[in-house]
Amino acid sequence: MAASPYLPTEQFARWRKFKSSAVTAVLVVCALAVIAPLFLVIYFLLVHGASSLDWNFFTQLPKPTGEVGGGMANAIVGTIMLLAMATVVGVPIGVLGGIYLAEYGSDRANDWLRFAADVLNGVPSIVWGMVVYLMLVVPFKTFSAYAGGVALGLMMVPLVMRTTEEVLILVPQSYREAALALGVARWKVIVVIVVRTALKGIATGVIVALARIAGETAPLLFTALGNNFWNHNLKEPIAALPLQIFAYAISPYDDWHRQAWAGALVLMALILALNITVRVLSRDRNTTN
Amino acid sequence: MPSLSEAAKARVATETIPTSATPSPAAAVGLPVESDEIAFDIKGFSLWYGQRQALQDVTIQIPARKVTAIIGPSGCGKSTFLRALNRMHELTPGTRLEGSLRHFGHDLYGPGVEAVAIRRRVGMVFQKSNPFPTMSIAENVLVGLRLNGVKDKAVLQERLEQSLHMAALWDEVKDHLNRPGTSLSGGQQQRLCIARSLAVQPETLLMDEPCSALDPLATAKIEELIQALRASYTVVIVTHNMQQAARCSDRTAFFYMGRLIEFGNTRNMFTNPGNPQTEAYVSGRFG
Repeated sequence: MAASPYLPTEQFARWRKFKSSAVTAVLVVCALAVIAPLFLVIYFLLVHGASSLDWNFFTQLPKPTGEVGGGMANAIVGTIMLLAMATVVGVPIGVLGGIYLAEYGSDRANDWLRFAADVLNGVPSIVWGMVVYLMLVVPFKTFSAYAGGVALGLMMVPLVMRTTEEVLILVPQSYREAALALGVARWKVIVVIVVRTALKGIATGVIVALARIAGETAPLLFTALGNNFWNHNLKEPIAALPLQIFAYAISPYDDWHRQAWAGALVLMALILALNITVRVLSRDRNTTN
Repeated sequence: MPSLSEAAKARVATETIPTSATPSPAAAVGLPVESDEIAFDIKGFSLWYGQRQALQDVTIQIPARKVTAIIGPSGCGKSTFLRALNRMHELTPGTRLEGSLRHFGHDLYGPGVEAVAIRRRVGMVFQKSNPFPTMSIAENVLVGLRLNGVKDKAVLQERLEQSLHMAALWDEVKDHLNRPGTSLSGGQQQRLCIARSLAVQPETLLMDEPCSALDPLATAKIEELIQALRASYTVVIVTHNMQQAARCSDRTAFFYMGRLIEFGNTRNMFTNPGNPQTEAYVSGRFG
């Protein structure tokens, strides 16, 4: 019986298997290279930061220069307050802009808006800091929590706007038609049907944007400035984790270096938590719709 | 003559809620509803999408409280025609039209006429059932009323039951009105969408191939429902299924290449069509 035409010659098969495993190996290495930095970051933060993380770190103010101990309680609270203010500034503008893009804008206007949003997305964060410095710090003659919140909020706008637009476009046209055919005014259709259907996606976009700005340092340098004490007056400078990390990391003291690592670990944990929230939200969305 | 939007407001504001499923007074006392009233009086109606003409010089009088079927091959303009009846086609940018289109004597395209007010009186059911995914069965039925400002709980409850009864869905869903609308089967979802359209009490119901995504059993239920609606509603139904047109319509309009080729009694259209193109289509020789 003649050899089966469906079987390759032995030599050819060996060469092909070799090529296949070689390419697979390259792909695996690249995939690992993608994940490795994340583990490196977490590894270094844990090694250097975990030892300084104690109850005091979360409850105490920074100690004066030369004294050992203290914590970053004010910076943790400050970061949360800054994120809250950024949400108040960035989310309404971003979500309404996204609604305009998805539901109202003409093609021409949308092209310009998307272009502007993409450029804004690429504006270096230090530039945001400088712009807000001129807008809010110079005229009021003081660094303030407000200015920091506005700087971070403005950074959120293009991110929130584009994700809002994307999830609104994903809402099937048939829902809009069904609601319009009931004689419902268009703005009500958009608010009650379209935005409500896309609400989880919009929330996901907001959290992604928050995670993105939570660690920003540069926009806060000339705005929130930082503060070694408790401050609940939003017209005054306020502490923030990234600022405190920066200040401590460039200091000459070993104890402050350790605290900077601990601060970085807390910041990273916050961002990780935000990202996990996003995962959970998007999983829900995929299963219910 | 009051404008359509004023009339629609007055309707919602003053109309008493009928307790039976038959708002028409004649039907309510059991009289046969045989009137020559015209629901849509359409003259010389043409419609363009950009440069492309989708409808050419359509003149037709669609009778009130009857079922009118629109048939024709794909792309003949029948869906466009249906959507022009409550101005849903305006969602497509770049449309232009000529001619006149009146609904119970009121100009649908006159200056200042609001599409929103028209759609309150001319409802629409779509090819694919589309209950709102964030809403329960009850919320889906009542969304049109709620968004138009009806807050009275008693009214809402009554309309809910009445609409679901009319859509022949009440018995199947009465025990779980709070479940998501999307938890129902395809046929039930389509009847839910019909209930949703009926809840705002339109005068006319437009149906755009309402059964094309359904199995034969679900289709039979919807067709029964259309028969029941005929007593009190004007129904215009676009269908690809000629048996369906023959089974459940009183009048049939045959569209071809954007023109109305023939319009007449359904029985005549299918047994003795006046136009050779109609005959070819209904006998399955093209289309």
